[in-house]
Amino acid sequence: MNDDLRELYQEVIIEHSQNPRHFGSLDHPTQMAQGHNPLCGDALTLYVQCENNKIANIAFKGHGCAISVASASLLTDTVLGKTIEDALQLFKRFHDCITTDCTQPIDAESLDKLQVLMGVREFPMRVKCATLAWHTLEHALHQDKHVASTEGEDII
Amino acid sequence: MNFDWNTWASEQRIEFPILKEQIYGKPLVYLDNAATTQKPQCVIDAMSHYYLHDNANVHRGVHALSERSTLAYENARRVIQQFIGAKSHKEIIFVRGTTEGINLVAQSYGRLALKANDEIVLTELEHHSNIVPWQLIAEQTGAIIRVIPIHDNGALNLDIAQQLINKKTKILAVGHISNALGSINPIKKLIEWAHAVNAKVLIDGAQAIAHMPMDVQALDCDFYLFSGHKMYGPTGIGVLYAKEALLEVMPPYQGGGDMIATVSFEKTVYNQLPYKFEAGTPAIAEALGLAVATQFIQALGWEHIQAHEKSLLAYATPMVAAIPELSILGTTSEKAGIISFVLDHIHPHDIGTIVDRSGVALRVGHHCAMPLMQRLGVPATVRISLALYNTQADIDQCVAAIHDVRRFFKRVAS
Repeated sequence: MNDDLRELYQEVIIEHSQNPRHFGSLDHPTQMAQGHNPLCGDALTLYVQCENNKIANIAFKGHGCAISVASASLLTDTVLGKTIEDALQLFKRFHDCITTDCTQPIDAESLDKLQVLMGVREFPMRVKCATLAWHTLEHALHQDKHVASTEGEDII
Repeated sequence: MNFDWNTWASEQRIEFPILKEQIYGKPLVYLDNAATTQKPQCVIDAMSHYYLHDNANVHRGVHALSERSTLAYENARRVIQQFIGAKSHKEIIFVRGTTEGINLVAQSYGRLALKANDEIVLTELEHHSNIVPWQLIAEQTGAIIRVIPIHDNGALNLDIAQQLINKKTKILAVGHISNALGSINPIKKLIEWAHAVNAKVLIDGAQAIAHMPMDVQALDCDFYLFSGHKMYGPTGIGVLYAKEALLEVMPPYQGGGDMIATVSFEKTVYNQLPYKFEAGTPAIAEALGLAVATQFIQALGWEHIQAHEKSLLAYATPMVAAIPELSILGTTSEKAGIISFVLDHIHPHDIGTIVDRSGVALRVGHHCAMPLMQRLGVPATVRISLALYNTQADIDQCVAAIHDVRRFFKRVAS
């Protein structure tokens, strides 16, 4: 198994994909959105409960590859307790980093525990798997009723 | 006959230069042939030769190059006519591929023949390209789509098929071989049933054309479609075969140059067959490449290709089936060289990415057959698809790579 693969499928990613955090639904979500990645058939529903402009509770359900489930699980862990603005800021930083060509430097420190997903940069065809949950979160926070899709993501 | 088909396949590999490629430092194991096949040197040479020596537009122009390219292009049509046993070269329409051909038939014949509440019969196995064009014409005409279901083993439910093909049926459109599962459909029987109720039959031959001999007259289908790139030929070229009497009454699909006899702003007279359906400059080099691909196949011999692929499928199936926690989808005995499977707890896309780093090219996903995936209750599958140049070594390397995937995921789970 080569190093790129070990970097992509780090133990923490496989662990999150097999035991996703906050997996399920919320009884009284204030926001909710669906996401779909037609390439893989990944589909998820994200439930968010906002209180005083903060993400007070969050959950997701759905199915997908290890990368997309782990990314959704890490997302829920990371944005819980953040303000909506901070969560959207984090999405922007995460998105900028993960879509930066792997020969270029990125500010991985600022991503905190999301750093483990940066191995995806070596696998351009799989970037959409890692960003699906985040696009879905953005839809939820913006109260966008459309299904979030990763099709707008450029491959090169 | 106790012949060593594996040695035979190894010898054919020499004709395919790309098979010498190394992927991440490992020999390429190309098992995504249902998506597209690799090209033999003779096809590559035919296309290069055309651009190096003969390139000119066809059918207009009186200069030497135009004459050469026109003769070569029209000769290609006749080579393909013979390859599928069509009665006339007028029945061979060059299109971009199977998808364009189905759209042509749906829009041209469909608009002519369908009215509200007429029925179009499809099957659960169909590729999106044999679903969506019919949905479009159904919306435009008010026709209704009926779907023949499958049994759990991936074979069509013929009892229900017999009920669904009835006097309301105007068109039956069915794949010859399922791209996702490999099921070979009993199209001869389906064609007879459809003709008994005066329905026309379109066969999507994209997955069959490289794997079995075709005789459209013996089959008596009304429309047969295939793509060049799935039969060792180039992309961007395919063939619509249709019975001449149907093509005569069908209106043109696209307007433009080459498809007309005369044009005035008052009235345009369409060109004769097959040009009526070939608007604009065609894919000339690709047509020549496709003709050479059919000659390549015929020189190898169908009996050899079929015996080899059958023996390799028989070699691969038990090896794949023996991988723990693996389920093969599509297990009917009437099956082409396709093995579709899922592994418990490991998503097909993760499998595809990991085996790729061992040089193994597999297809993972819904295979453009989302309704079939829904029927099978899976979001996606992993698909191994064979061609004449695959060997037992390819299967060994692929199966070893799948075992590695399991070990890789197990290291964390345990």
